[in-house]
Amino acid sequence: MTFRKYLVLACVTLCASIGDSLLAHGMKQVGNVSLSHLGTVILAVTNPSVALGIVLLLGFFASYTAALSWADLTYVLPATSLGYVLLTLIAKFYLHEDVMMTRWLGVLLISAGVGFVTQGPERTHHHLNPEADSRNEAVTAEVRR
Amino acid sequence: MKQLYTWCAIAVIVFASTSGDVLLARAMKQVGDVGELWRKHGLLAVVGRMMGNPFFLSGILAMTLAFYSLLFGLSWGDVSLIAPASASLTFVANAIAAKLFLHEKVDHRRWLAALCVAGGVALLAA
Repeated sequence: MTFRKYLVLACVTLCASIGDSLLAHGMKQVGNVSLSHLGTVILAVTNPSVALGIVLLLGFFASYTAALSWADLTYVLPATSLGYVLLTLIAKFYLHEDVMMTRWLGVLLISAGVGFVTQGPERTHHHLNPEADSRNEAVTAEVRR
Repeated sequence: MKQLYTWCAIAVIVFASTSGDVLLARAMKQVGDVGELWRKHGLLAVVGRMMGNPFFLSGILAMTLAFYSLLFGLSWGDVSLIAPASASLTFVANAIAAKLFLHEKVDHRRWLAALCVAGGVALLAA
């Protein structure tokens, strides 16, 4: 794993959790949206929190697809679940919410899961498309040169 | 009856989001390392290769279905049940689907990681 790849995984984690939080915060400011007033959804995009939330969720999707291009799905999903831990820490130390013992146990389990998966390789050997494999090897060799 | 609808919604969310993740993962494996492709051929080539992949578009479709199923599910049941149940079951379903359809080598370490994260997510939302 290179520093760039750790950066992509951190981007997946941070963009998803901060993007979701901003979207939730913005939609609370916008108010209830009903099917009879669908225009409100379009206007919601003008709310700064909603707009920034959408930008961050686009960043999440870009970094998530990038991570899936060089790592297994069973590596990326647990490795990026630290976002749940981040949200709990924000709730405790920034929003000063009471965090129950069961939630701390959840944080501990997720951290353990992330620890387990990141100890192993990010990609196991499999051939879904031999043509793409050989193309990637050629590109990698050329970039290294 | 309401509980049956809620669990049906959870089943659809888990199925659709697992399908979306697996299809997207398969598409990205076929596209190749986007970082290196970008450096070599430019951003447009990467986007073109992704958009031209049928698995990528099917993955987006499945993820859209998962999103709308979540919205419908939330209108039928409690968020405190639907959100943790669907999120934690999706982690386990993804490990099974990745082994079956993507032929990933899911060893004891990865099973343990998936189960720990699934249990942790369920506890966080409990």
